[in-house]
Amino acid sequence: MLKQIEGSHAVAEAVALCRPEVISAYPITPQTHIVEDLGSMVKSGEIANCEFLLVESEFGALSACIGSSAAGARSYTATSSQGMLFMMEAVYNASGMGLPIVMTVGNRAIGAPINIWNDWGDSMSARDAGWIQLFVESNQQAVDVHIQAFRLAEQLSLPVMVCMDGFVLTHSYSQVDIPDQKQVDAFLPTFEPRQLLDPASPVSMGAMVGPDAFTEVRYLAHHKQMEALELIPEQAAEFETLFGRDSGGLVKSFDCEGAETVVVTMGSVIGTMKHVLAEMRDEGISIGALTVRSFRPFPKETLRDLLKDAKRVIVFEKCLAVGMGGILAMNLRMALKDFPIRVHSAIGGLGGRPRPITRANLRRMFEKGIRDEMEEPHFHDIHMDIVERELEREQAQRRSGSIAENILQDVGVVAAAKTI
Amino acid sequence: MNPIPEQPRPKDYKSDVKPVWCPGCGDFGVLNAITKALASLRLPPEQVALISGIGCSSRVPAYTSLYGFHGIHGRALAVGAGLKAARPDLNVLVAGGDGDGFSIGGNHFLHACRRNMNMTYIVMDNEVYGMTKGQASPTTAPDWTQSKLTPSGTLSRAFQPAAIALAAGATFIARAFSGKPNTLAQLIVLAMQHPGFAFIQVLSPCPTFRPEQKEWKNIVRPFPADELPTSDPALAALHCQRDDGMSTGVIYVEARPVWSRSEMEKTTIEDIEQEFRS
Ligand SMILES: Cc1ncc(C[n+]2csc(CCOP(=O)(O)OP(=O)(O)O)c2C)c(N)n1
Ligand code: SF4
Repeated sequence: MLKQIEGSHAVAEAVALCRPEVISAYPITPQTHIVEDLGSMVKSGEIANCEFLLVESEFGALSACIGSSAAGARSYTATSSQGMLFMMEAVYNASGMGLPIVMTVGNRAIGAPINIWNDWGDSMSARDAGWIQLFVESNQQAVDVHIQAFRLAEQLSLPVMVCMDGFVLTHSYSQVDIPDQKQVDAFLPTFEPRQLLDPASPVSMGAMVGPDAFTEVRYLAHHKQMEALELIPEQAAEFETLFGRDSGGLVKSFDCEGAETVVVTMGSVIGTMKHVLAEMRDEGISIGALTVRSFRPFPKETLRDLLKDAKRVIVFEKCLAVGMGGILAMNLRMALKDFPIRVHSAIGGLGGRPRPITRANLRRMFEKGIRDEMEEPHFHDIHMDIVERELEREQAQRRSGSIAENILQDVGVVAAAKTI
Repeated sequence: MNPIPEQPRPKDYKSDVKPVWCPGCGDFGVLNAITKALASLRLPPEQVALISGIGCSSRVPAYTSLYGFHGIHGRALAVGAGLKAARPDLNVLVAGGDGDGFSIGGNHFLHACRRNMNMTYIVMDNEVYGMTKGQASPTTAPDWTQSKLTPSGTLSRAFQPAAIALAAGATFIARAFSGKPNTLAQLIVLAMQHPGFAFIQVLSPCPTFRPEQKEWKNIVRPFPADELPTSDPALAALHCQRDDGMSTGVIYVEARPVWSRSEMEKTTIEDIEQEFRS
């Protein structure tokens, strides 16, 4: 049914349709609306047979899901930013134990300095944690990918993170087609755990594994992700047959076949980019785009296939490996390592800048890329004068103070946002 | 740093940053009380560090001219402990909300009480997570059903900050009301003079998400003066348990060696008794 709803509400409806049995959460902006809506649905009975636990922290929330998932219950949580960092030990624990929890990440920058706006710093901090990480471009995708995420997680016995841009998606209203329960039931079978805390056949979970077996356990974690590379497109195809929509999968091409320049990105920014790229193509520029929908596992082969004929790739990402550069760019370079393709790395949208990312400044960036004039890495829309003034202050005196405070003073911002 | 005036005024301890708190928020009263207490102690602002976590209440350092530190959610006491260890000469105030201090930071609260470092911890308790827009906190009564995250009420007994502080080993425990900033200021003075970990639970209403707390001003009352404060933990526990959580005043004071040996040597029973006389 078509509904004009907030992204968070759409996700809550999708999760509800998946018949979760335990939901546990701790509030953090911009995730809060999702779990609040789920709480209301549990109260109203719209979600039957579900326990909703408000716990004392994100560490508690994911740990509760670990416990409930181990007991065979379909378990869900959601978080953002600092919450993701705080639960990190449990993040590794859930994947290491092979527990198929689904978690939404309303992507938000991580501090310090505190910032509530969107970038991918939170999800990226867990990129090697053994979770499947699926990025969505729209709220429709968010709905569809959550439904696929439960099935994928349970089939593989691996936790899945659905990453959606905070505010840009979680707080925006759009028209979303919410499937009906019958459709979802037909797609998503009941949870058959691979391992279960079952009094009838007692097991102990969380074995200590020494050097004699650790490598094999780790190898299998990697192997499962490789299996997911097969499973994700299969599921997306089945989803399309049943629901009539192309959603999910490993990557999505936006006229990238045959293009000289291909922009590679993830998440919602493609929404704005599509228009810029269409405009450029109309002017005769050979440019297309693709989005990586599955960041973990990283679809190396699929990307090689789609990009083999490109002359250059411009990777645009809302995250930074400090001391290294672009994370998506690094991954993509690895995938294309033996191809004669220039991979430019552009980092932008950090901490929500600019809000929203505009067509004009995207176009300027693409043109720079096409001229092969990008610095490595290129920081999109950065004010170098501000940076230089801070570097001068540091040169001038040893006790120059905190960078964040100095820069705030420099740009004349006093009070920060109201909600953290 | 500006030189401290002969007779400092509370506003000497305020910054130019205008609080973004909602009109009527109890935290204004706490900010006023802190600045009043510091003025009456005539402490130079740079000799006081105010450490907080994250929450509406945790914004308080920015509104003062003190050495401020706005850290991460729930870690204020641990940061305060590190700061105090490195700079025992500084007066360390730690402040934040009931969520920051009792849920996500609850473990640090227990251990800070037990460690008994010389610092003052002020919790602005509004029985709700104000900053994230109104979810139940550990101090929320079980029958509060207005939060979507606790669809059937909290199903949990409310956290009892004073009783827990007592059990965990805090050596100064008090409860106050933000609507009485003068009384609160006097309590903060006592807490800061107390050698050891001083905990003040301040009932600080959130009119935005708990409008019913506007009634608190008609409900709060002092503890019976004849029995409290006490240094008898059993008596303090009895009062904590009998009370409905709305009585205010110093509950418990104990002389126990503070974490730093050098400070312990400075503390005498006479110092502690002085607190009762003042
Ligand atoms: C690790 C982490 N989880 C969640 C949040 C979101 N968050 C910010 S403040 C807050 C609770 C605030 O409640 P409280 O401490 O009682 O302070 P109040 O706003 O009521 O003064 C939460 C959950 C966060 N900043 N960091
Ligand atoms: S939301 Fe509540 S705690 Fe936060 S500033 Fe407003 S009144 Fe104060």
